[in-house]
Amino acid sequence: MQLDELYRQVIMDHYQNPRNQGRLSDEAISVDLRNPSCGDEISLQMMVENGVVKDVRFKGSGCSISMASASMMTDAIKGKTIAEALELSREFREMVKGNEVDLDQLGELESLQGVSKFPARIKCATLAWQALERAADTDAVH
Amino acid sequence: MNPLEIRKDFPIFQEIINGHPLVYLDSAATSQKPRQVLEVLQRYYERENSNVHRGVHTLGTRATEAYENAREKVARFIHAPSANQVVFTRGTTESINMIAYGYARLKLKQGDEIVLPPSEHHSNLIPWQQVARATGARLKYLPLQGDGTIRLEDVEAAVTSDTKIVAIAHVSNVLGTINPVRDIADIAHRNGSIIVVDGAQSVPHMPVDVQELDCDFLAFSGHKMLGPTGVGVLYGKKSLLEEMEPTYFGGEMIDVVELHESTWKEAPWKFEGGTPIIAGAIGLGAAIDYLNRIGMAEIAEHDAHLAALAVDRLSKMDGISVYGPAAGQPRSGLVTFNLDGVHPHDVATVLDSVGVAVRAGHHCAQPLMRLLGVGSTARASFYLYNTEDDVEALAQALEQAKEFFGYAIG
Repeated sequence: MQLDELYRQVIMDHYQNPRNQGRLSDEAISVDLRNPSCGDEISLQMMVENGVVKDVRFKGSGCSISMASASMMTDAIKGKTIAEALELSREFREMVKGNEVDLDQLGELESLQGVSKFPARIKCATLAWQALERAADTDAVH
Repeated sequence: MNPLEIRKDFPIFQEIINGHPLVYLDSAATSQKPRQVLEVLQRYYERENSNVHRGVHTLGTRATEAYENAREKVARFIHAPSANQVVFTRGTTESINMIAYGYARLKLKQGDEIVLPPSEHHSNLIPWQQVARATGARLKYLPLQGDGTIRLEDVEAAVTSDTKIVAIAHVSNVLGTINPVRDIADIAHRNGSIIVVDGAQSVPHMPVDVQELDCDFLAFSGHKMLGPTGVGVLYGKKSLLEEMEPTYFGGEMIDVVELHESTWKEAPWKFEGGTPIIAGAIGLGAAIDYLNRIGMAEIAEHDAHLAALAVDRLSKMDGISVYGPAAGQPRSGLVTFNLDGVHPHDVATVLDSVGVAVRAGHHCAQPLMRLLGVGSTARASFYLYNTEDDVEALAQALEQAKEFFGYAIG
């Protein structure tokens, strides 16, 4: 088990300097999620227009994996349609479970591939994506 | 006692974890199991397995004797006046819920108070929240000192004639503080209240005498004291167990069953509806034999010594915050800490990569985490098989974690 496989430089960069921090206006879709087993939490806000993610922000506290994953996710889904964002979420989940995926499509998110070798940390990596899926499931999107 | 000899009885220590020998510092979550307990479980299933209290056949008698013999062992271990005051349950959580359902919900009413500290494990907190919701009783929290200790004058001030239950852990699973249960019991009793003691972190680690503590109820788990998972104990004073209603109804716990009503057996059997936890109880009996052979006073001293050593070692390291009683103050065998700027999950992953197992998270004590001003912490807990080398391994692994994240974060 190599720690460097898990804690890649790009992950630590996102953890230290998370992108898309803060809050959007009250019209944005908001989802608050926590991982009850460890106390990590995320508050995700998404502005969706005509099925496209116009803007997305998050606030949260948690470990390097959960916060870096949230930061990268917000970068990755901005400008995508909800359907594309959900497809990315499926790919991401497959990757951290250790299944074969198209890494090109995942871009920077590929750096979290090492999580698959640390099963106890998969929940950390998927917290933000669970928030995204829940946000996509709200009436405001449909 | 010699932990190096003791370790030979625990097959788990032959495991290699990520290329390193196992340094197990999570016994407060669950303890490892000695061969002597595993063998008793195996032998029970091979040579005695049968249902209890009903078979006339030979195996039925063997199983019943072994099961009731385990009850005697538990009673002697906690100095209960009688084995009939020992109820086998699934664990601490179930024991406390049985008190909440079978006693508190029937006895408490609007205006009554339940007094407890905010540092309780969720298992000694949420059942009381539910009792309060169901009965209109009120939860009243005791203030905690900065180191997690409770002052008796604060207990005196909080407990009134409206108090019906004082609920408290003997030892905090996060801070390692040892609460003055006997003094608190006296205050409760002077005010006409009962006291419910969560012994999950004390019974495995120190001599516990229910008569000396004068507690009305005591709950603890077998798996934290070398026994199998799935078995625990509810001890109660005789009159309270008589008053208390069963939680589970059905086979095994009945006396006479009519079409429209039935009567129950006496305690403890009225609380053990269904086929009881036979193998679990027998395994717990074997665990108690093992602990007695080493000696609980020796174990308490050993665990506290390792915790004190860890507090001393960790406090001297830069960037580490240690919670709970200060060095030199009484503390049970656990140390809760954080590495500044690094989430405890990340710390635990780095420690695991060199074979050091610690707990990371909120330790089922979210209100306490909020009081400490942290989301979560890491915890190292010690038991009879741990050594001073384990403390050193923890410290060195933490140095590695500091270096790793220092390098990675830059």
